Amino acid sequence: MSSPMLQHGLATDPKATRPGPPLWLLAELTYRCPLHCAFCFNPVDFARQSDELDTEGWISTLQQARALGSVQCGFSGGEPMLRNDLETLVGEANRLGFYTNLLTTGVGLNEKRARALKDNGLDHIQLSFQDSTREMNDFLSNTRTFDLKNKVASLIKDHDWPMVLNCVIHKMNIDHIDKIIEMALELGAETLELANTQYYSWAVVNRDHLLPSKAQLDKAEEVTNEYRERYGDRLRIIFVVPDYYENRPKKCMNGWGNVFLTIAPDGTALPCHTARMLPGAAFPKVTEHSIESIWYGSEGFNRYRGKDWMKEPCRSCPEADNDLGGCRCQAFMLTGDPAAADPVCDKSPDRGVVDTAIEQAQSTQTSIVGDQPLIFRDPKESLRLTEPAE
Amino acid sequence: MSETTPVEITSGQIPTIANGYRLQFESAQDTWVLLYPEGMVKLNPSAAEILQRCDGQTSVDDIVAKLETAFETTGLTKDVHSFLSIACEQHWISLS
Repeated sequence: MSSPMLQHGLATDPKATRPGPPLWLLAELTYRCPLHCAFCFNPVDFARQSDELDTEGWISTLQQARALGSVQCGFSGGEPMLRNDLETLVGEANRLGFYTNLLTTGVGLNEKRARALKDNGLDHIQLSFQDSTREMNDFLSNTRTFDLKNKVASLIKDHDWPMVLNCVIHKMNIDHIDKIIEMALELGAETLELANTQYYSWAVVNRDHLLPSKAQLDKAEEVTNEYRERYGDRLRIIFVVPDYYENRPKKCMNGWGNVFLTIAPDGTALPCHTARMLPGAAFPKVTEHSIESIWYGSEGFNRYRGKDWMKEPCRSCPEADNDLGGCRCQAFMLTGDPAAADPVCDKSPDRGVVDTAIEQAQSTQTSIVGDQPLIFRDPKESLRLTEPAE
Repeated sequence: MSETTPVEITSGQIPTIANGYRLQFESAQDTWVLLYPEGMVKLNPSAAEILQRCDGQTSVDDIVAKLETAFETTGLTKDVHSFLSIACEQHWISLS
């Protein structure tokens, strides 16, 4: 999947024979979350994976990853504030020399916990504007959400953290992008990530509701550029386009097993947070293997490393080094073959499936699309959607 | 994005590593890096030498003098100014 976090200088040496260290460690502390976002990145079957590493398990993970050379650590979820040991883990990561990032919805972040996180050396909070209500089209006028974010934004300022806001963009809020930017300015944000939904996990289930039309996307980019002109350095705005509207795939995770190591709540080590959906042998767990053996030696992390696994048209493509064939999860979801070219690429024989989804998205209707209602992430839906076939 | 004119660096200014950024040596990469929210810049040796002296107490002139002493050379003013100008544009440092 695409992430702005990978676009800022985590370059690696393409000539190196042994992979570099897992520079980025994403600790998904829990899949529990008080919100019900229809575009959630957590696996659709999250309710079937309720095990969580204990404090000792996470500390050992942090220590091993740091010893291998990990330097950025993201604490994510679910909602990581739901872990009572978050402060302890942040403190340990800081002591080890990690740059520590907390990716939170702000729910549960009060003055006391903010102080404790600061005292434990937390470097950065990315505050997400994910809708906490079921009134999606009322997103921006929802005062409860705004009041909470406003309070958390003040806490971030008061504790001298850089203010980075992230807002997931989709068909139902993209026409209000000016209001989202105004809100970021009002909250005193320094950076605003306008991250269009990418179609994984819950967002696939709800794709027809979420994928914006081309006209919506163009307008939103135009408005964003106007604000960039007007406010310059006061607010840095990062605009991430949905993959489907590109004609070349992203270099997903900057390469499989290249810089990115995700640890799922139950301790499963993954090359990205959605890779568990792929067919094949299960990915290794940190409770059973060392991180060094997982990163360098496991079948899972070597499966799509480099280019040897590629098929045509990627294998002979002159651009293969630029994108490494794109995203394995996207290829699997859209073609059934995880080693196929990412169908976002217009050289892919399967590009038609992306074009069909785009065609369907050109409707101007923004509320109810088709017969299926919007499905909000919650444990009951998770169990219902992933019920084993009889 | 609009084009920006280079930031003018003057000798009496005092640079400091910007809030949210951290300079540290990474032994696994055998290099100095600048860390910031969800990102990292690998620094070349001269950038690292300059940034290590951006301590919020030393003026641009004094940084130049310290570098010239440390490396037994002269004439570094222009290079230091142009690097600090870039560092400022990149928001790596702030000037007071």
